[in-house]
Order: sequence, then structure tokens, then C-alpha cells
Amino acid sequence: MTRFLHWVGVHALAIAAALFFVLPFVFIFLTALMSDQQALTRDLWPDSWHWENLRTVWETPGFLTWWKNTLLYAGLGTALTLLSSIPVAYALARFKFRGRNVALMLVIATMMLPAQVVIVPMYLFWAKQLHLSGTLWPLIIPMAFTDAFSVFLLRQFLLTIPKDYVDAAKVDGCGEFKALVRIVLPMAKPAIAAVALFQFFYCWNDYFGPQIYASENPAAWTLSYGLESFKGAHHTNWNLTMAATLLVMAPVIILFFFAQKAFIEGVTLTGVKG
Amino acid sequence: MTSLRQKHRRETLRTLAFLSPWLIGVSVFFLYPLVSTVYFSFMKYDGFRPPTWNGLQNWQYVFTSYPFFWPALRNTLWLVIVMVALRVLFGLGIGLLITKVKTGAGFFRTAFYLPYLAPPVAATMAFAFLLNPGTGPVNSILRSIGLPQPGWFNDPSWSKPALTMLALWGIGDLMVIFMASLLDVPKEQYEAASLDGAGAWQRFRFVTLPNISPIVLFAVVTGVIQTMQYYTQPLVAGKVASGVIGGAGQQFEPGYPDKSTLTLPQLVYHLGFQRFDTGGASVIALVLFALAMVFTAFLLRSMSERSAA
Repeated sequence: MTRFLHWVGVHALAIAAALFFVLPFVFIFLTALMSDQQALTRDLWPDSWHWENLRTVWETPGFLTWWKNTLLYAGLGTALTLLSSIPVAYALARFKFRGRNVALMLVIATMMLPAQVVIVPMYLFWAKQLHLSGTLWPLIIPMAFTDAFSVFLLRQFLLTIPKDYVDAAKVDGCGEFKALVRIVLPMAKPAIAAVALFQFFYCWNDYFGPQIYASENPAAWTLSYGLESFKGAHHTNWNLTMAATLLVMAPVIILFFFAQKAFIEGVTLTGVKG
Repeated sequence: MTSLRQKHRRETLRTLAFLSPWLIGVSVFFLYPLVSTVYFSFMKYDGFRPPTWNGLQNWQYVFTSYPFFWPALRNTLWLVIVMVALRVLFGLGIGLLITKVKTGAGFFRTAFYLPYLAPPVAATMAFAFLLNPGTGPVNSILRSIGLPQPGWFNDPSWSKPALTMLALWGIGDLMVIFMASLLDVPKEQYEAASLDGAGAWQRFRFVTLPNISPIVLFAVVTGVIQTMQYYTQPLVAGKVASGVIGGAGQQFEPGYPDKSTLTLPQLVYHLGFQRFDTGGASVIALVLFALAMVFTAFLLRSMSERSAA
């Protein structure tokens, strides 16, 4: 009997908590499908379902460009991050060299550093010397030179791979690089997937970077930056704004359902094995 | 002997080769701008005319005359104490709850986790809508059950609680971290405690808590560091609630309402990119740097204690 009551109590609490997490999505969805007029009222439920709102948003000038830009930033950024961060993480996890601890602390320090700390000189560098403001390149190019969080996460994982595997490969005549590509990378797939996802979402969600470098040129805006200005252009229309919000959230949520394991493993890796 | 030295040199070259992307990155995108920021903090520079020596005037201006600095620092303190504490408590609570759920655990875990993935701009705009004082669903519900309806993002005394609710909504990462550490607590310890007659609270206090305390510390420190970087949510919330929104060129007085959503990172943008005061922005950046590094030192210590344990 007490076990039954315990079961009821736990599940009642879980349902109450779930309401807090799920209801915002429900209200966003319901409002996104209201008519312009009804979205201005206190109504919670649409009188009629305006699915065409999603289409209106999709066809708003610029919206498609923001998608393309975001995909370019997130896709290229993620690929470059992986290419550059894997060898560095491997060296930090495996090689013995003087200054390794200092290097590791520098990685953690840059990981914890707010982007704003270095933004003024960085902006001047990209805008005045390389004339690349108004584009997303100042955000993408640095990823060819590693991302601290990715290096850290990969290193934490690589430490858990037994050294013997690499040593055995070397006995068989593999060089260090070949051993990394042939032996270590296949074993590190979960960590690589987690890093790729996190980096992709970092770029997808980034607001500050595009605000600094792309704001002057609407053709270079990303979804996160464009979404806010979308509210500006339609600032009485909560229905269209919420429809746009839905469309920006959707890919992240869809991807989650395909890659749940990698997400959860990534979060656990950052927190527990630190 | 020679071959040993050759081997050593080969290893050094190999290490340098593997590290080269990071060595370039950290020099160009971290050390160089950090040194420049120190330099600019002593210069008068509007980004156009050549910089001129300004001594400590930028520092003096930020600390004594810039009206946004102290409110931003006070807000950060508020957020660190209230938002971080609630996030850790709530995350732990949700983590505990999910380990006890027997039926539909997959559904609940997904429900608790998903908001964490919502892009910050989208989540903030959604909350600005949900908490809209006049027509938002939250106040509509409060009205229908006869409760007072706060002004949320439009009321300086409610804007930070509203941001805190938004932060609690995105608790998914902490939930997962706590869940994993709770499942790692050895079962025998619970059994032993039960045999000794410990109740639920005593089991939590004397078994669970000591086992997960390193994770709690980790969550607190990373929470504080995240708060130092808190930028997008307060900015977007202030913009949407004030009705002053839009793209390039739109002037926005940050911190709406009444400086209550100002955070230090916003000041770098305000001074450097809206007022073209590179020197002042650099001072703020260095303050931010100092704070971030102090808490990173705490983080490193808590991490080394954990790996030693």
C-alpha cells in the first residue's frame, strides 16, 4: 500500500513538473495557429486553425536566406571544429610534453571566457584589417583553429581509451597519426558525435556573434539574429512571431529525436567526468 | 646519445604538429586580443581616429560616471545568488524525481530535457509572449483563478524573476548531470543506511548528498560562470518587452525596464558598438575577464579535488 502511494506521489509530481516544461510549447503552438486578430486577445485556444501562418513566415523575405546562412555557419563551423580539435585533444590526452598542464589550463580558461572579453579587438581585426564584417566568415574561420569546449570534451573521452590499443598499433608499424585515424577515432565515435552536435547547436543558437559581424548586412543574418528582428517587423503579430519561433525550434527538436543518445552522453561527459 | 636526442626532437616536432591549430588559435583569438584590450583600456579610441593615450580616465569613467556599470554588477550578483541557487536546487529535484519515476520515464525525461535545446532567442521570445502582462497565457490563467498578475518583463522588480523562470525551464542539462551522478551512488550504502533505520530524509542527507556533493559544487561554479556570460536572454527579453526591436541601427537603451536586465556583457556591446567608446568597452571586458578567471580557478580546484577523490 505504501509502495502504491509512493508510486502515485512520484508520478503526480512528475506530471506537475512536466506541465511546467511542456505547456510553453503548447501555448507557442496554439498561438502560432491563431488568426492575427485572435492573437491580440487573451484567448488560449484558436477559434480556427491558421496553418497558413507557417507558410506566411516561411515566405517572409529573408527567412530562407537566414536558414541558408545558419546552415552554412553551423555546418562548416562544425566540420572545421572537428578537423582542428581532434588532433589537439589527442595530443593533450596522450603526449607527454613540458607545459601540458599549462596548455590544459589555457584550454579551460578560454572555454570559460565570455566572448565579450576579446570582442573589441577581434572586431577591429576582422573589420578594419581583413574587411570581412558583414559576413559570417569571422565566426567560421576561427573554428579551423579549434574550439576550447570541443577540445576539452574530446580529451576527457580520449583519456578513457586504454593506451594499449595505440601501442599495439604502433608495434604493427602505424605512425602516430595513422594510429589516431585508424584506431582511436572509431572508438571515439560517441564523443565525436556529441561534440559535433554541441558545436552545431552552438552555431545554430549563437546570437552575439552574428549581431557583431552580420548585423549591418541583412543578407548575412542567421536565424537567431533574424528571428528577433522578425518580431520587430511584425511586432503586433504574436501569431506570426510564434510561428517563426516554432520553425526555428523545430530542427533542434527533430534532431534530438534522432540523436538522443549522443546528446545525453555529451552532457554527462561534460559534467560527470570533469 | 644522438639517437635519443633525435628521438626527443622528433617527439617535440610531432607534438607541435598536433597542437598547431590550437597554438595558432589561442595566440590569434585569445592572447593577441587580450593584450590589445589591456592596451585599449588606457587609450581614447572611437574606432576611427587613431588611438591616443588616456591614462586611467576610461577606468575612472566606468567606475564613477557610467550609469550602467553598478546596476549591471548588482544584477549579476542577484542572478548568481537567486538564479544559480534555484537552478541547482530545481535541477537536483528534477534529477531525483526522474530516478524515482517508474512509469513513462522516457516521456518525462524527454519533456524535462527538450526546453534546454530551444535556441535562446526563440525561448526568450516565447517567454516574452507567455509572460506578456496584458494578453499572455500565464497572466490569463492567473486572472481566471483570481491571482495577481505581475508585469514580468515590463516591471523592474519582476524582470529578473521572469528571467529565472526562463532559466529553470532550460534545466535539462543539469537534470541529466544530476541523474547520472545519482545513479552512480552505490546501492549498498542505501541498504546499509536502511538497516540502520534511516528514513528517506536521512538517507538523502547522509548517503546521497555526500556522494553527489562534488557534482553540486561543479554545477554551482559552472552556473556562476554562465551567469557572467549571461547576454542573449536579458537583452532579447528587454528588447521585446520594450517594443524597441529590430535589426541594424535600431537604438535600444539596454536594461529595460529601468536597468533591471543589464548584465556586464551587454555593457561591452553598448560602449564598444553603440557608443564607439573602445576604451570604456575594454575596461568592462577586463572586469569581466577578471571575474571569469576567479571563478574558473574555483572550477579547476573543484575538478582536481574530484579527480583526486
